[in-house]
Amino acid sequence: MMSRIKFRNIGAALLLAAALPVLAQEAPDVMLKRVAGDVMQIIKSDPKVQAGDQQRIREVIETKLLPNFDFDRMTALAMGRNWAKASPEQQKVLIDQFRALLVRTYSGALSQYRDQTIDYKPLRADPAAIDVTVRTEVIRSGQVPVQIDYSMAKTPAGWKAYDVIVGGVSLVTNYRDEFNEQIKSGGVDGLIKTLSDKNSKGAPGKA
Amino acid sequence: MKVHTVISLGVALLLTACASTPGRVDDPLEPVNRAMYAVNKPIDDHVFRPIAQAYVDYVPKLVRQGVSNVFGNIDDLFSGVNGLLQGKTEKAGNDFGRVLVNMWGLGGLIDIATDLGIPKGNEDFGQTFGYWGIPQGPYLFIPLWGPTTVRDGTGSLIRIYFGPVGYIPDVVVRNVIYGIGAVDLRANALGATSLIDQASLDPYTFVRRSYLQKREYDVYDGKPPPPKEDE
Repeated sequence: MMSRIKFRNIGAALLLAAALPVLAQEAPDVMLKRVAGDVMQIIKSDPKVQAGDQQRIREVIETKLLPNFDFDRMTALAMGRNWAKASPEQQKVLIDQFRALLVRTYSGALSQYRDQTIDYKPLRADPAAIDVTVRTEVIRSGQVPVQIDYSMAKTPAGWKAYDVIVGGVSLVTNYRDEFNEQIKSGGVDGLIKTLSDKNSKGAPGKA
Repeated sequence: MKVHTVISLGVALLLTACASTPGRVDDPLEPVNRAMYAVNKPIDDHVFRPIAQAYVDYVPKLVRQGVSNVFGNIDDLFSGVNGLLQGKTEKAGNDFGRVLVNMWGLGGLIDIATDLGIPKGNEDFGQTFGYWGIPQGPYLFIPLWGPTTVRDGTGSLIRIYFGPVGYIPDVVVRNVIYGIGAVDLRANALGATSLIDQASLDPYTFVRRSYLQKREYDVYDGKPPPPKEDE
């Protein structure tokens, strides 16, 4: 196994870029476990995150989680057959806006993080497979465990997730309905406007 | 709840289903549902969500956990029954085992079974109907209840009818328990609702798709058939 790299500094993005070629050979479930472990470690130990500092939480997401997601593919999947109707410029804006929306959502979810254990199911996939589903289960005392599955594909830059399925609810499928509806009423530009309005509404507060 | 009340509610649900006009296949009653969603939203925002939030803020976690565990223990019993109805004996065995083990945890206050690693089956009547091949029917949004379908709603009514809270003779005690149950449910969903607010472009669509996806997943025990491209 490759050496485990621990980032302590915020400015670790460069290091991460340098480390990517090495990590490219890492199995998808191993990678996921490493990333989730790192993020959970930060959440548990970082006083700023503990205090609910949204800025810091976003930083953690940007540097730790996002490099492992394929946003181009996620956006295209969420657009479904509407993807082809969007111009390359519109596609670029959509990817950026969708990404921003997911960061907001994730930071909200992370601030609610409590003690949980993640159980990684054995990966049953052909070693040569380039598209796998990594299954995990989040266990919380007294509550029904939540299944979180990650659809992952092998890219030149290593394994990247392109969908997250929480308790059977696929993020991409959910947004496909939402996007479709927006496009039906206001076209691709209408969707872009809705997304950017939503994203510019300032940092999400605590509910 | 009285038998005839349950039956008439069930009939009402089914009639609503039959009266459906063609629209979205899974949500033919969308205009009505959206109206119901709009009715529910302010009530939830101004009454139920604040109550649930106050419950979380002021009631110690240990107490809240105990409340969830007791209701969870009753759910496990029903889950076991539904496991049997679907011939899933291992799941049913786990659920009944959980109930028995947790009885030692002060009648369900302490969830020993989870610590022992006995998984919750999480089955219900709606899933049993689905397993039997009964289609979900139209999606429904019921104020003060939330998203459901004709199939799942019927399942929930059966569940409420069999109690056990309904068997408590004292009306006040019964209603207090129903109330605590409702607060417990709402409090556990606080995270989900704030997530919906942050994530969704149109909360109605988001809730609908999430609910239907989740139920499909539950019916198939986490292995739903691949989704169709629907438009």
